[in-house]
Amino acid sequence: MWIINLVGVVFVGLIVWWFWLYKPNEVKANKDLIITVENGVYSPSYITVPPNQAVSLVFNRKDPAPCAEQLLIPEFNISESLVLNQHTRVHLPAMPTGEYEFHCQMKMYKGTLRVSE
Amino acid sequence: MKPSVSHHRCDSSAEYELLIDGANCGSCVKKIETALRNVQGVDHAEMNFAQRTVLVSGSSGVEPLINAVEQAGYHAKESVAENDEAAMTEKEASDQAYYKKLMRDMSISLGVGIPLMLYGLFIGDMSVSSPAERFAWLVVGIVTLAVMYFSGKHFYTGAWQSFKNHSANMDTLIALGTGTAWLYSMVVIIVPALLPDMARHVYFEATAMIIGLINLGLALELKARGRTSEAIKRLINLQAKTARVIRDGNEVDIPIEQVRINDQVRVRPGERIAVDGEVLEGRSSVDESMLTGEPIPVEKTQGDLVSAGTINKSGSLVFVAKRVGKDTALANIINMVKKAQNSKPPIGRLADVIAGYFVPTIMIIAVISALIWLNVGPEPTVAFAIVSATTVLIIACPCALGLATPMSVMVGVGKAAEAGVLIRNGESLQTASQITAMVLDKTGTITLGRPQVTDIVAISGYSEEDVIRLAASLESNSEHPLAEAIVASAKSRDIALSDVSDFNAITGQGVEARVGEQSLLLGNKKLMKERGIELSEQVIEQAQVFAREAKSPMYFAVDNTLAGIVAVADPIKDDSVAAIKRLQGNGIRVVMLTGDNQATAKAVADKVGIDEFYAEVQPQDKVDKVKVLQDENEIVGMTGDGINDAPALAQANVGFAIGTGTDVAIESADITLMRGSLHGLADAVAVSKATIRNIKQNLFGAFIYNVAGVPIAAGLLYPVFGILLSPVVAGAAMAFSSLTVVTNANRLRFFKVKEH
Repeated sequence: MWIINLVGVVFVGLIVWWFWLYKPNEVKANKDLIITVENGVYSPSYITVPPNQAVSLVFNRKDPAPCAEQLLIPEFNISESLVLNQHTRVHLPAMPTGEYEFHCQMKMYKGTLRVSE
Repeated sequence: MKPSVSHHRCDSSAEYELLIDGANCGSCVKKIETALRNVQGVDHAEMNFAQRTVLVSGSSGVEPLINAVEQAGYHAKESVAENDEAAMTEKEASDQAYYKKLMRDMSISLGVGIPLMLYGLFIGDMSVSSPAERFAWLVVGIVTLAVMYFSGKHFYTGAWQSFKNHSANMDTLIALGTGTAWLYSMVVIIVPALLPDMARHVYFEATAMIIGLINLGLALELKARGRTSEAIKRLINLQAKTARVIRDGNEVDIPIEQVRINDQVRVRPGERIAVDGEVLEGRSSVDESMLTGEPIPVEKTQGDLVSAGTINKSGSLVFVAKRVGKDTALANIINMVKKAQNSKPPIGRLADVIAGYFVPTIMIIAVISALIWLNVGPEPTVAFAIVSATTVLIIACPCALGLATPMSVMVGVGKAAEAGVLIRNGESLQTASQITAMVLDKTGTITLGRPQVTDIVAISGYSEEDVIRLAASLESNSEHPLAEAIVASAKSRDIALSDVSDFNAITGQGVEARVGEQSLLLGNKKLMKERGIELSEQVIEQAQVFAREAKSPMYFAVDNTLAGIVAVADPIKDDSVAAIKRLQGNGIRVVMLTGDNQATAKAVADKVGIDEFYAEVQPQDKVDKVKVLQDENEIVGMTGDGINDAPALAQANVGFAIGTGTDVAIESADITLMRGSLHGLADAVAVSKATIRNIKQNLFGAFIYNVAGVPIAAGLLYPVFGILLSPVVAGAAMAFSSLTVVTNANRLRFFKVKEH
């Protein structure tokens, strides 16, 4: 039984590490970067943009689920409707350095904008 | 693939996105960008080669840009507006296709799940004891796998993608829950020896039912969601599709996308106005109700502004286009409503935080719950552990929690927009529901803000017409608001004005001039006294009566003899009294502020039923008054008509700007009332209260599903009551929790905003 309990505890540890502690690879935003919205995720989901400079990101929504439609960046009061199977350009204001979350209306699709040099 | 665009205006210049055709090499980028940068007025041009789009900002207008690209050897067209009808239709079509797919998936999985469940309930049990049963259940297991593939594939691919991305979502929970149930059942069939006899039970019906119910829930939610955005649809439908433009003397019907600034547009009776503009010729009444909520048509003639989306009722008008495409007031309103619909009030943020951490937490709870059952549960511990872990995973999806706030805000903000109340963000929506004190500016808010001649008293043998003709002739050289009122009064009586000479404005006292041989003098008592003009007791008494009625009396003298009194007042809006009564009836303390004198302020306050008022206040004093109220723990709403009220609007907890349908000050306040009526205030408060109440109901519903559902699923009630939730019940609860929330939000659509 203690083996099963140990496996359970390790499993809990793995959940904590995988979903909360692990930092996914960063991708630098450039003008050709397209963020795909598909199967419940933004790919890439961890994007670096330069500070104090207005930039725009292009989202390509392939996911028909209604939750995928809205893209929210609450910190900057941005909310855009992503059109299915089309590219939608989302304009971001000049942002100070820091990390800002972007997500769908239900917060099931999540990504992070890292504003840094 | 056709890119679409989210278009953003900035005040100094416009931004355009062009779709480029024929650019096949990297070097084309530089050529196109250079061609565009050479166009006069272009500040910035940047091409995205991957998408074949170019973003241009500047004041050039779109046509020179298209020409420049054409001359460079490529083809370009402006990308379509995101809020046009075509985009909406396209969205509806894709939603419809997705709905059909979900319903098909649901039919397949419930087609397998329901017979299995009925078998388990009424015919036999789902245990595996003989080789024949093993074989039969193996077949069922393979069929269930097929259901999982055909009807639930999107959950598993979503979960895997999400997992790879170090994120967990609704798909993760469904995939884990159904996957665990199926895998456990297959272990029972393939290697039953691993499990005690009592635990040899299969859960294929749970897997199939959960997939079916969740697909059904998603399909119904999709339908209900469609209804929540009806306000936006109605606004979009206000946009005309074509416009009759006069070019080279000919009238041609063209799509509204092709109407350019300074085009002359004709609108015939019954037609919808295509773009914002200024009337050049014609006279008509225009129904602006869908834009402003104001039911009475507004008379339009030369020089008046008309707005896209409004309906020309009676005559033919020719107007010059001033704002087109995404810059019209209607497009701005649509954009603003859309943005507000997605911004969350503070009440929703707790749910957001919870939703953000929910899924991994639930996975941990499922593991711990399984461990507890395995360690201290009754036999068969393995079966109980599997059931409880599966049920926890399935019931816990926080989708309803995530939807609780946005769905209500979407309907509430749309509802307010239909009544001509533009709510800028979720925060002001929530604060408006808590307002305890409403500060009203007098001029332009309670009153019309446009002084009018109310009384003319003729003396010394002059007629009323003589007085107004001469006084208006004299004032035609002045730009004072009172002078405008007198001139407007003469015009409304079709009185021709005479030429004046020797015009002189006497600061703080009045004006003087000559008309022909007559010397004219119009001003206050001091002016009359200085010029030695005698004012009888009766005349002074009459002037005082006017002053007590909040009117400004002016004495008028011809050739040094008093000829009459002209009284001018800023009339109180027809419905101010009723609207203020409505606010007071809701327990809101109403306070009036005005820069006007004490007597006028008192007269107006008395008329509209306000006990608390402050006269002769400067803009800075208005801020202080708001602060004083806030110090008294009031949640203060401030209502003003613009520039001089701006500091107080900003200081207040919620600033309400009085806009007009054509010139909406949507950027200056938290909430904009598109029509002049103060009923908009009571409407805004009523809608926000109803919306916040609806959000609370939703949050309660969602929390109940999750917070109460999870412990029950984990088996908390089992030791005392012997209750352990079935995964199928959990699946149904999870599927219908979102639906409940969306349906409850939709109830708001039936909320009656207008109670006046």
